[in-house]
Amino acid sequence: MAFLQIDHVSKYFASPTGGGQVCIFKDVTIKIDKGEFVATIGHSGCGKTTLLNIIAGLETMTEGAILLNGREVSGPGLDRMVVFQTFSLMPWMTVFQNIRLAVRAAYPDWDHEKIAAHVQRYIELVGLKGAEDKRPTALSGGMKQRVGLARAFSIEPKVLLLDEPFAQIDALTRGVIQEELIQMWNTSRNTVFMVTHDVDEAILLSDRIMLMSNGPGARIAEIVDVTIPRPRSRATIIEHPHYYKIRNHIIHFLVRHAKHGGAAEVDEPEGEESQAPTVVRF
Amino acid sequence: MGKTRKDALLISIALLVVFLTGWHLFTLTAGFDPKGKTEEELQLMEFNGDIMRTPEGKYVWNPEKEKVKGVPGPLAVLAKTREELGEAFIKKGTNDHGIAYLVMYTVTRFAAGFLAASVVAVVVGVILGLNKVLFQAVNPFIQILKPISPLAWMPLLLYTVKDPKWTAVLVVFMASVWPTLATTAFGVNSLRKDYLHVAAILQLSWFKRLFKVILPGAAPTIVNGLRISFGSALVAVVPAEMLLGELGVGYLSWIEWNNLDIAGVIFAILVVGTVGVILDSGFNKLAGLVTYQE
Repeated sequence: MAFLQIDHVSKYFASPTGGGQVCIFKDVTIKIDKGEFVATIGHSGCGKTTLLNIIAGLETMTEGAILLNGREVSGPGLDRMVVFQTFSLMPWMTVFQNIRLAVRAAYPDWDHEKIAAHVQRYIELVGLKGAEDKRPTALSGGMKQRVGLARAFSIEPKVLLLDEPFAQIDALTRGVIQEELIQMWNTSRNTVFMVTHDVDEAILLSDRIMLMSNGPGARIAEIVDVTIPRPRSRATIIEHPHYYKIRNHIIHFLVRHAKHGGAAEVDEPEGEESQAPTVVRF
Repeated sequence: MGKTRKDALLISIALLVVFLTGWHLFTLTAGFDPKGKTEEELQLMEFNGDIMRTPEGKYVWNPEKEKVKGVPGPLAVLAKTREELGEAFIKKGTNDHGIAYLVMYTVTRFAAGFLAASVVAVVVGVILGLNKVLFQAVNPFIQILKPISPLAWMPLLLYTVKDPKWTAVLVVFMASVWPTLATTAFGVNSLRKDYLHVAAILQLSWFKRLFKVILPGAAPTIVNGLRISFGSALVAVVPAEMLLGELGVGYLSWIEWNNLDIAGVIFAILVVGTVGVILDSGFNKLAGLVTYQE
């Protein structure tokens, strides 16, 4: 049985021009296994961040359900922690206090020493030893997101939701943090749902990649299996024979969907078959 | 000290010297010259109190009458300051308390009104900031009440509470409640949704959400509101004391005017300024503790 199940989820917004509703995406269905890493790629406006927020419980869905471990979830909870694109660190708290806020919330019965030791462990895990008492303003983007990752991993959530976590970080630092993320995830093995624009990042990190068609009325068009064995690293992954096949396939998909913008312009089969996404496997 | 600051300090001192010298020269009055006046005229002037005879038998202007002729010079104000500070801690009668007491009365009155107003304004502001519908419902009333001069409330307050002591405090309250209320509501309402999302995911209790996230997050905006309230309360406390006859530095200014002691009025103005500066710097220290950089 799937660990995290996104079951026929649709999202409609009231039309800003008045009258009727706009469908952002419809009938999104995917079953994610425990410990699986799934990435979502799609053009802006396909609703992938909205989908992530729905899984997190921060936004409501119009139709469908999210099931975690067989139980329907509603509203946010400690079992589904988000790593935000904008970091979302409290600027009035130090690095230590930011992570401690989360750890205290997740483990209310722990005493002071145990909490402090746990926070310290995760600070060291992301290589921020010595920056405990700095405030987020004093940190670079990369360091801020390391705090974001430490905060997320520290509460050991069942599901980790990564919302374009490295989009605001310079390309060189991004690569380093991606590998740090792999390291942390290797030990924790949380189930991960990630939203990204970066094809290389998606291939490096995920087991499966969901490709979404354009909104309004977006849906999962294809699911690409990343058939490259782990452990992976940025240096070796590009040597794998499947790497460029997968990469080219995804880029072609994105270019095809970028040409005209609207979903109607893209030549896609209509009817019942279009409901089930194509599974692509090299 | 940097060169700019040094230069600025020099210019400040120069300005002060120029101002004091100018003030001194413009308020200088010529000594009495009895030349050309008959003995009869002089006797009449002495009888009127315009001039008086020194122990050496020379005629000079009567210093008591000098006090109300023109504006007193800096030396007269300095003498008055010395005299007042000398008896700062002496109570001469029911309405003649030393300047230290007057400052204390004003500061107490100010603090009571301002603190009470701040607590009420922050609590109500947070409630309104968290509830958009309620905010939109209450906002028109705030907009109407905000521009009313706090002194306009005074007769009504005096009539209602029937006690000038509390009326003065309430005037300060009315002066300081609106700016803090409006900015707190705005600050809480425009708090970045991200912070609330984190609080929601972490399942923080209502109490923790308020004290760990909402209040510290909105603190810079709230402090700005408090700063505006602070200034407006400081402006209101002086005329409130004047009109109500409550002992304090504002009262001092008015009573010295009634005594026609213009040097005393200037002294009172200087005291009001000094008290304002001291309270303001204390406020800034507190404000620095709760603000953060994005």
